[in-house]
Amino acid sequence: MSCGVLAIAEQVNGVFRKVTYEALSEGRRIADGLGCVLSVAVIGSVIKDKSEPLGKYGADRILVADDVLLEEYMTDAYTNIIAGIVAKEKPCVIILGASSRGRDLAASLSARLDAPLAMDCIAVRLDAGNVIVTRPMYGGKILADIMLEGEPRIIGIRPNSMKIAESQKEGAVEVIAADRGSTALKFIEKKLDTGKVELTEADVVVSGGRGMGGPDYSTIEKLAGLLGGAVGASRSAVDEGWRSHSDQVGQTGKVVSPNLYIACVISGAIQHLAGMSSSKVIVAINKDPEAPIFAKADYGITGDLFEIVPLIAEEIKKVKGM
Amino acid sequence: MEVIVLLKQVPSTESFVGISENGLTVKTDDVKWVINPYDEFAVEEALRVKEAHGGSVTILSTGPEKAVEAIRTALAMGADKGILINDPAACNCDGLQTAKILAAVIKNMPFDLIIAGQRAVDGDNYTVGSAVAGFLNIPAVTMVMKEAIADRKITCSRTVEGGMVVIEAPLPALITTQRGLNEPRYASLPGIMKAKKKPLEIKSLKDIGLDAAGIGAPKTKIISLKYPPERKGGKMIAGETAADKAKSLVKALHEEAKVI
Ligand SMILES: Cc1cc2nc3c(=O)[nH]c(=O)nc-3n(C[C@H](O)[C@H](O)[C@H](O)COP(=O)(O)OP(=O)(O)OC[C@H]3O[C@@H](n4cnc5c(N)ncnc54)[C@H](O)[C@@H]3O)c2cc1C
Ligand SMILES: Nc1ncnc2c1ncn2[C@@H]1O[C@H](COP(=O)(O)O)[C@@H](O)[C@H]1O
Repeated sequence: MSCGVLAIAEQVNGVFRKVTYEALSEGRRIADGLGCVLSVAVIGSVIKDKSEPLGKYGADRILVADDVLLEEYMTDAYTNIIAGIVAKEKPCVIILGASSRGRDLAASLSARLDAPLAMDCIAVRLDAGNVIVTRPMYGGKILADIMLEGEPRIIGIRPNSMKIAESQKEGAVEVIAADRGSTALKFIEKKLDTGKVELTEADVVVSGGRGMGGPDYSTIEKLAGLLGGAVGASRSAVDEGWRSHSDQVGQTGKVVSPNLYIACVISGAIQHLAGMSSSKVIVAINKDPEAPIFAKADYGITGDLFEIVPLIAEEIKKVKGM
Repeated sequence: MEVIVLLKQVPSTESFVGISENGLTVKTDDVKWVINPYDEFAVEEALRVKEAHGGSVTILSTGPEKAVEAIRTALAMGADKGILINDPAACNCDGLQTAKILAAVIKNMPFDLIIAGQRAVDGDNYTVGSAVAGFLNIPAVTMVMKEAIADRKITCSRTVEGGMVVIEAPLPALITTQRGLNEPRYASLPGIMKAKKKPLEIKSLKDIGLDAAGIGAPKTKIISLKYPPERKGGKMIAGETAADKAKSLVKALHEEAKVI
């Protein structure tokens, strides 16, 4: 097999997404297994100087396409640039985070390169030169081991499911051509709430369901705030209009795998479980002792949310010495 | 405006999906089959585009004969015609192969807009929509929450982590759907009656000028399926008062689970 692993970094305003470090760490492991070099592609504007630290996560080479016209992610321009890198470097594996942008780019590259793609991988292993990934299907009801045949194998990794490992590589920055090629898409504007902790990357997620009874989520927002976490919601709460669609956890929402998931006033429907059952520790708070969520939770509390959650918040302050 | 919807029939999200004895395929005997939820948004959006701009809506699917039911449902919602590619050589295709088949059909059709789901909730591949656009060499915008068409351009709000990005693409283009785009309508009784008379063609690969070689070998091969580790219910936190319970929980999370 031709060799070389290419990771693709994702950054917004010069800040790399956590999943970039996860992709690099996993890419390093794969490159070591194959005995080859790990390169990382960084595309953006005024990004060269910020890219150097990526060596710390295992990159031997840091390929930077830096141009003011590349400030915003556009599927076609980014696909053209990566395809150019692939033509030159001929990597056998491409690895990137399965964020909304990563998914978009990975699928576009798969068609352009006629290359196998596996999305949302939670594990990668090498077996006699073959690359085998583990990924959930059917909303996490089944895990599949999949062999990728043909090069480059494109691996989209699920955020928050692979360990970040630091290594001592002195990643060397190389500036590469920043030619967008022929493009059709045009950026108009963006509206980002940058202060918000991203649900799929958060170490702690506190979700509220229909039992919240209305759009006032301050009770669980306070708890999430204390834990540096993000706030999620069940589909019922989203359907009620209490929370935005981007907060929905579940089979038709986001899949989260935090260290701690606190399900408040959520009954535990199968579609909700699909979005959070890979969390490391699950806590459920519900007034109905028969609620199905308790069968999946590591710790359960029966009682009224509005009484219990503020008390939990007080206890956490004590433990944290706040 | 000629709109094509890419539609897949999938097990309903509440269905139990079991693994067959061979460990390579899923058991589908007890499954309730439905239109992929994201493709339902696609059908609805296509109908709204037609209502606003005129034209027609074609439902395109490749799959088993049973998928006719899903196409009929979309016709009952208001789509104009359906095409099913049904061929033994087109079974068990991976995402790229599926996209090659769909692109081969579309190449010979007039179209302004293609709408696909962001993913089918069976394989959760997130591939086919973007790949069809890639093979047709047209722009694609994925995870669209809102769109508007004017002057042969489509302006789309696409969801990204922490917000929204607005992107414009010239037509013809492909978009994929995100929850929140619309609320799909139900098929009305008259709609269901009318759907029975709407054209629904079933074609083989040969009919569309493709053969097994044309779609190539699968590049992603399932080598084993397993169930995820079963989550067992853990401790119910006991306590006289709510304050006791809160205290015990935080203690457990801090000292036992070590997550706070
Ligand atoms: C195609 C499809 C896709 C779907 N996708 C998703 C998805 O992605 N995500 C998702 O979440 N759902 C999804 N659903 C919906 C899912 O089936 C459930 O309807 C939904 O998850 C229920 O939300 P809930 O638990 O908040 O509400 P409910 O089931 O109504 O539960 C509310 C719970 O709150 C408890 N409660 C109420 N008040 C209090 C209080 N004061 N204190 C303590 N407990 C209280 C009640 O005992 C109850 O258990 C989907 C459904 C379909 C058909
Ligand atoms: N067999 C198929 N027939 C028609 N459309 C499909 C098929 N498979 C996938 N699609 C479309 O591609 C989208 C993404 O599917 P996937 O890449 O399988 O997750 C779906 O929501 C459909 O719109």
